[in-house]
Amino acid sequence: MQTDHNYIAEFDIAVIGAGHAGCEAALAAARLGLKTALFTISLDAVANMPCNPSIGGTAKGHLVREIDALGGEMAKAADATFLQSRILNRGKGPAVHSLRVQSDRVKYHAYMKSVVEHTEGLYLKQDEITDILTDEGKICGVRSKLGSQYRAKAVIIAGGTYLRGKVFVGDVNYESGPDSTLPANFLSDSIRELGIGLRRFKTGTPCRVHRRSIDFDKLERQDGDEDIVPFSFETKGKLENTISCYVGYTNAETHRVIGENIHRSAMYSGQIEGVGPRYCPSIEDKIRRFADKPRHQLFIEPMGLDTEECYVQGMSSSLPEEVQLAFMRTIKGLEHVEIMRNAYAIEYDCCDPTDLLPTLEFKSVPNLYGAGQFNGTSGYEEAAAQGLVAGINAALKLKGREPMLLDRASSYIGTLIDDLVTKGCSDPYRMMTSRSEYRLLLRQDNADIRLTPVGHKIGLISDERFERLNEKVKLIGQEIDRVKQVNIAPSEELNVYLAECGTEPLTTGTKLAQLIRRPQLSYEGLAPFDKGRGDLPRDVREQAELNIKYEGYIAIQEQQVRAMRKLERRALPPDTDYSQIKGLRLEAAEKLNKIKPLSVGQASRISGVNPADVNVLLIWLSAYGHKEDEE
Amino acid sequence: MQAVCAVATALGEGAVAVVRISGEDALKVASEVFVPYSGIAVGDMKGYTCAYGKVVDGGERIDDAVLTVFRAPHSYTGEDVAEISCHGGVYITKRVLRLCCENGARPAERGEFTRTAFVNGKLDLAQAESVMELISAQGELTLRSANLTRTGELSDRIGKVRARLTSLLGELAAWADYPDEDLPEVGGDNMTATVDECLAAAEKLIKGYDNGMMFRNGIPAVIVGKPNVGKSTLMNLLLGYERAIVTDIAGTTRDLLEETVRLGDVTLRLTDTAGLRETEDAVERIGVELARKKLGESALIIAVFDGSTAPDDEDKLLIEEVKSCGGRVIALINKTDISEGNGYAELLGGMAYVIGISAKTGKGREELEAAAAELFGGLDPDEGMIFVNERQRFCLGRAVESLERARDGILTGMSPDVVTIDITEAAAALAEITGDRITDDIVNEVFSRFCVGK
Repeated sequence: MQTDHNYIAEFDIAVIGAGHAGCEAALAAARLGLKTALFTISLDAVANMPCNPSIGGTAKGHLVREIDALGGEMAKAADATFLQSRILNRGKGPAVHSLRVQSDRVKYHAYMKSVVEHTEGLYLKQDEITDILTDEGKICGVRSKLGSQYRAKAVIIAGGTYLRGKVFVGDVNYESGPDSTLPANFLSDSIRELGIGLRRFKTGTPCRVHRRSIDFDKLERQDGDEDIVPFSFETKGKLENTISCYVGYTNAETHRVIGENIHRSAMYSGQIEGVGPRYCPSIEDKIRRFADKPRHQLFIEPMGLDTEECYVQGMSSSLPEEVQLAFMRTIKGLEHVEIMRNAYAIEYDCCDPTDLLPTLEFKSVPNLYGAGQFNGTSGYEEAAAQGLVAGINAALKLKGREPMLLDRASSYIGTLIDDLVTKGCSDPYRMMTSRSEYRLLLRQDNADIRLTPVGHKIGLISDERFERLNEKVKLIGQEIDRVKQVNIAPSEELNVYLAECGTEPLTTGTKLAQLIRRPQLSYEGLAPFDKGRGDLPRDVREQAELNIKYEGYIAIQEQQVRAMRKLERRALPPDTDYSQIKGLRLEAAEKLNKIKPLSVGQASRISGVNPADVNVLLIWLSAYGHKEDEE
Repeated sequence: MQAVCAVATALGEGAVAVVRISGEDALKVASEVFVPYSGIAVGDMKGYTCAYGKVVDGGERIDDAVLTVFRAPHSYTGEDVAEISCHGGVYITKRVLRLCCENGARPAERGEFTRTAFVNGKLDLAQAESVMELISAQGELTLRSANLTRTGELSDRIGKVRARLTSLLGELAAWADYPDEDLPEVGGDNMTATVDECLAAAEKLIKGYDNGMMFRNGIPAVIVGKPNVGKSTLMNLLLGYERAIVTDIAGTTRDLLEETVRLGDVTLRLTDTAGLRETEDAVERIGVELARKKLGESALIIAVFDGSTAPDDEDKLLIEEVKSCGGRVIALINKTDISEGNGYAELLGGMAYVIGISAKTGKGREELEAAAAELFGGLDPDEGMIFVNERQRFCLGRAVESLERARDGILTGMSPDVVTIDITEAAAALAEITGDRITDDIVNEVFSRFCVGK
């Protein structure tokens, strides 16, 4: 789009969309000293949760902790506005422990809006962006629906489900953003004009119901943890749960009502062209695909302390409202339920993330970035993680610094981004622990050790916080060394304890570390037999124990990481024309030309690139003098 | 960096085969598997020097060979290189290769030596480019042969084991990633059973491969018996030419002689031994010890008795010894041309195959062939063909190791997330055989099988 250069304001970076991705992107950019604009269609929808009022969960909880470790905001906002907190998967092992909170939706929005408003160099503005402006092919700003032009050297698109958003309820459909906001109907064309392809994805949300219409006696109560672990490594002090959630079940009658009306669902009448997420099926989907299941679970989750609205997790639907009411009322405990907001499906435009570099910058349009649902993901946490990465990288680029590239072994964030830009996604992408091959290393409990040094180097983590981390790491190391040295002699008292725990008695002395390695025993449980133990903070004790207990497995995973990183360090020039490389198979060359991997490691993960192709790439690299960094 | 190894000569029957080990640790690996007779330490050998010695597997001699050492950068690859020139033949060559893998090397990937050579400046660009084309062509060829080999049977069989593991991993993933859903709990007996079954299946594949290779390259067999019962004559009969020194003086055969012989449809790698008698002669005693050892590792034992003399205590001891070996045994009562019986038939009553033979005239050979066919005819010679190469066996071996770790983890009470890592590793090793990756498999499995999500 041609521009007349009349700007009403000038910024370094413009972020389009103030959801979970946009807020993190704008905060990171501004905190790194870039003058940043954050545009939203509605100031009342900043960091809104248009679906479940909850942050974290399996793998998503890991993302939130990693965001915190890098210097992002989501964890702090979640700690400040939570209603109930739980660690999921206790008993399944440390790699899959995940933190999740129920959040006060309105307070979360208010908290994040306030942080944005109080951040120096960050300008929050209600305005619908309709055009991305370029000058001789270079990004130079954005234009709003009102015709105002804003100058910007880099633009981050974090449009969520707003882009040509369309809501479906039965045979009714209308243009809309999430939670009855205005859709962004113009930006898509401008993105396409830049040569970026868009596609349609869809997602859905269940109804919200009035608390007074629920018979809680007929539902199972679910409480939070007694001893709450905060999301942020910086949050201190005791946290308290203020609400309970409730569990209910669908039944044969529910399924009958849905079955008889399934042809009226927007999903089944063929009106929706978008691809929906597999992990988040509507209730009509669940009943059709898993016909043999006699019941499905649902959760009643309060939306906040100052509202009677409750979210009904598990019951997402695009059936007509009267059908929604009918099937909801078949559920025990919901016989008289009042729906306050109906369930709906929403369809929106998003990009193909394989058009992005691992920095989340578009390969074909320098200084244009994508983040969040716009990139084909789903979930607040996935969005925030990408927002943070896009914000950081846009800022680093404008400052002329090296980009932040997180590899798969560094974090779930790195895994998420590598999956997106290397493999792409054919339905909205959700983070799962099973997507990480290094999950014993990428625990939620050590996110700070893994990533806070990176955050400090970038400039989002203060020297004081970095020093605190170094002190912690030092203490952990000292305690591990001590535990490996300490001898434990057999004694009657100890052997009685060992028998109680169901493990063999000691006949000769052994190192404390050997005992801690036994699955039946714990660091804390052995305290009475470890007289020399100092008074250490809980997180130090926890890290020492995990590192000793899983030492063998950690060593195996670290070896896998070293092997992976060797190929990761062999950089491939971004301007490579793979069709010119002799010996590469045609399919491999095509894929490589599309993905333009940054390293041989990334290339090796592209489907259609086989080990022989990788060898050819390595030879080619050496041949043309692109010397790798050897260890 | 881990050393890599490969058979550098064409794999097949030949006088000599060369197993090449390249990399920083090449000489370390070589020193684990090769002992020079001169007593020099492999690590002290200079570049461009050779040593005659034995290839050993944990102290046991497998073959006599020559080790050639090349010091970086003066080698084909530019790295330290050790080349073991062993006796040709698929079986022995692969065994030496496997031994190297068990001692710290890994099988080279296609074109890896050449790639290393190029990276180290040993080849020029034109050479490198032709190598790139070659690698690429080989890649296609291997892929095609992997698919074609016994109409994809390898993929099928591996695929079945992989599918079970993927299914289990899917359950574990759904269970870990959707803690709030009412999914059946995974772990305990169900998990142990799957791991055990997959382990058994993978081990069976390896065994099938080894059996197949054994069948194609010869079944390890040994001839035992008291001195002078006619073992060497028997050997010569089977070989069709004079090989062992045959004299009337008991104890003349001191060295172990291995020959490949055909017995009907069965190929044997037959070793003739000195007798098993107690002896004062130091040299002969070595022969006796070697023979004992050979008994333990042979798939077929041919025990020879002298039918012209009455059984004595030594014969009885031999029968006990042979029975305790656990291998398949054929008892031959020799010298039927001189005398029948003398009570051996009663003594050998418990044995499945007792055959009267005359090694001198060849009478009884047909019965021997029939017995061998009965014993080994059931082995499928094609089993060995379902693997394209040793790399695939290596992957399968890795899968077995991971599954064993998983099983131990379950038994000792490790948490499911950790056990999952081992199972994932096993599935990944299996996937590598057919050139696939697994993480997407598991995620797909979760969504297709479980009703999960908000």
